[in-house]
Amino acid sequence: MAAAAIEASRAPARSAIGETWHRAGPVLAVLGVVLVAWYLAAIGLNAAQVIERELEPGWAWQDLVRHTLSMDRPVLPAPHQIALDLYDSIFGWPLDSPRNLLFHTWVTSSATLLGFVMGTALGALLAVLIVHSRTLDRGLFPWIIASQTVPVLAIAPIVIVILGSMGMTGVFPKAVISMYLCFFPVTVALVKGLRSPGVIELELLHTYAASRGDTFWKLRVPASLPFLFPSLRIGIAAGLVGAIVGELPTGAQAGLGARLLTGSYYGNTVQIWSALVMAALLGLALTGGVSLAERLLTPGGRR
Amino acid sequence: MMALLASGPGLAAAIVVLLALAVWSVRKLAALDEQSALGRFGTPVVFGAWIVVFWQILTEAFDVPQVLLPAPSLVWHSLVANGGVLLGDFVQTVVHSALIGWTTGCALGFATGVLIDRSAFLQRGLLPVAALASTVPLVGIAPIMVMWFGFDWHSKAAVVVVMTFFPMLVNTLAGLAESGHMERDLMRSYGASYWRTLVALRIPVALPFVFNALKVNSTLAMIGAIVAEFFGSPVSGLGFRISTEAARLNMGLVWAAIVVAALAGSLLYALLGWVERRATFWHPSFRAAAG
Amino acid sequence: MSPPAAATVVEVEHVSVVYPAQENTVTALADVSLAIGEGEFVSLIGPSGCGKTTLLRVIADLETVSSGSVRVNGLAARDARLARAYGYVFQAPALFPWRNVLGNVCLPLEIHGLDKAKAESVAREHLERVGLTGFEGKYPWQLSGGMQQRVSIARALGFEPKLLMMDEPFGALDEITRDRLNEQLLRLWEREKRTVVFVTHSIPEAVFLSSRIVVMSPRPGRIVEVIESGLPSDRTLEIRDTPEFTAIAHRVRVALQEGHGGSGH
Repeated sequence: MAAAAIEASRAPARSAIGETWHRAGPVLAVLGVVLVAWYLAAIGLNAAQVIERELEPGWAWQDLVRHTLSMDRPVLPAPHQIALDLYDSIFGWPLDSPRNLLFHTWVTSSATLLGFVMGTALGALLAVLIVHSRTLDRGLFPWIIASQTVPVLAIAPIVIVILGSMGMTGVFPKAVISMYLCFFPVTVALVKGLRSPGVIELELLHTYAASRGDTFWKLRVPASLPFLFPSLRIGIAAGLVGAIVGELPTGAQAGLGARLLTGSYYGNTVQIWSALVMAALLGLALTGGVSLAERLLTPGGRR
Repeated sequence: MMALLASGPGLAAAIVVLLALAVWSVRKLAALDEQSALGRFGTPVVFGAWIVVFWQILTEAFDVPQVLLPAPSLVWHSLVANGGVLLGDFVQTVVHSALIGWTTGCALGFATGVLIDRSAFLQRGLLPVAALASTVPLVGIAPIMVMWFGFDWHSKAAVVVVMTFFPMLVNTLAGLAESGHMERDLMRSYGASYWRTLVALRIPVALPFVFNALKVNSTLAMIGAIVAEFFGSPVSGLGFRISTEAARLNMGLVWAAIVVAALAGSLLYALLGWVERRATFWHPSFRAAAG
Repeated sequence: MSPPAAATVVEVEHVSVVYPAQENTVTALADVSLAIGEGEFVSLIGPSGCGKTTLLRVIADLETVSSGSVRVNGLAARDARLARAYGYVFQAPALFPWRNVLGNVCLPLEIHGLDKAKAESVAREHLERVGLTGFEGKYPWQLSGGMQQRVSIARALGFEPKLLMMDEPFGALDEITRDRLNEQLLRLWEREKRTVVFVTHSIPEAVFLSSRIVVMSPRPGRIVEVIESGLPSDRTLEIRDTPEFTAIAHRVRVALQEGHGGSGH
């Protein structure tokens, strides 16, 4: 505690603008370097094909640059090509058209969100049962912990096939995969969180002759929230991967995973990258949403 | 006996009896003292065993279609019958894609962490990027890796490298920051150079964090290697086997491949845990458990 | 010099608490008897292992006796707890970090069944009593250790129990804060005439606060001596420099040494 105070006093005082620059500056610098490196790499990787197919003899480096950065099927698309493709896709087509990336984003995110909600509910239910039943705690919980070391995503094709043979297609099978991926981290974290109150807090409630329900709702649940939210972030990111993977096996027509797959089948590099960028943005938005919920639901802006 | 069991009421009675036996045995074990090995391992093992027993009985008795849920005996037969093929898949996915990718990614992450340890500027720049990377479905780069590195295991390993790089970077930096002021001042009073301090003090202190990342990354590596194969693969690999055999509705082999993947994943993790205990026996989290 | 109390609030009769252990059993309390009357301030003092905390916990029904009986307000310890007959203050504040100060003091009232508005007004009153008006909206980590303990005391006053039990509540605080809180606690007791059972290992604190001091010693845990304090109830911190105070403290010290086998430590 004293060490932290000394450390804090060593740090220079900064204005608000200074603080923002201090935080954002390095990130912008790194991103800037990445951007420059990307352009150089695009030129370099695309050069071979361009020289062979497009350039006339006696070409200058300006021609090389111009051609490598505007190929139809580049080995590595330039950032502006990706940005343009995204812009065209989002604003150039109606929202329900399969040419619009937002349509695919919606397909994938709806499966993710549905799976996330189901997975969280299942995880919470299981955690409560495990905390209150010694049998489940000793018999089932070790398996749930162990399953975190297992590549659960491998069962995705099975789930699609099984549910498909039962007549269920579309959003639901993908949501089931997402649900399956979400509930492991949520269960483990919630069990830890529900058990986190110490002896002293439990004895305090004992002296109030509090019922089991009181102890659960007034002590265990609030104490478990700091454990729950990080696991929700992990869960929703895993659920997103699950939904995308769920779109692969049956050659689905819609969704970001399907776009990635068809892009790779037809060698449409720019389409692949656009879908990837969209998936990345979706991942950011989803985890950002969970962080926002955490901010709103945690009282007093905790330390 | 079999005829009696095969009949409706006979079967129902048998299941009820077994259910009662299962519940009783698990509860008895669960009530045992937590310190005894039997109490700790016996309960989950017996619980798991009963699940397999009921799985077998129910799939046979109700003639559950193989597509929905194959019986454990069928999975076992597939495992044994296709041992050679599965071994080849194992080598392709686990040994080549996952392990090589994991080693490379972790080494790169660790080296980068050590290199930027001296630059607070670079740390402030890269850590937010790393946090971003953890929310993004990195497996999606698989098609691009295939384009650059071909269909064989190299592209899958490349995916694993990217997936394992950031967690290792973050943990290395956190671990290097962990050594206390007093210990660092002590090294300064000895006139120790930066690199000496790094090797003698800061890296050992960072080991628990590094091992944590190694374990997390082992799971990510398996997932990355298998899922990357879903995106397009050569003629072998666990992920390839699962997706193609699932499309052919050959569920026994699919489940057998999953069992191999599950075993590989948990064994790797357990092995890392064993090494960790030996390397970081001094850390309070291990001392508390022993003492 | 207190007369036989008007009503006996706590009756401990021949209580023993024995823990079965691997090698040899541990006797935390051996045949302890004590009667505490209404309005008394009784301190339990002794070295570690003497059973003072165990005795307090037994009265509070936080531990069970191996033999003997405990009655609080005429009821068995468990029934007294269910009837919410006392307030308990632990060694650490044990405040819930997700509730602000007001929310923390409201906790026992909510469990008791009071509606929100009533609970809050009662809570504000208690906070005023410990001098923390204006801090209702703060969170525990924003307060100093001493203030956190005061919140803990305000919470213990919750449903106005007649009996207050405190387990070394000021042990973790620095001496200056401790003195201030001692004086505040004494004023509170003087105003409200509650019965207080107080565990401490500080002789000056015990002598300053109590009307009766129970000296205990370990192995096995037992009562060595009960010392009546004749100090006036409107005393302030200055009394600690008076000869009367020193004499009582001396008696306590001697009793402690005797209990320890006479080999002065």
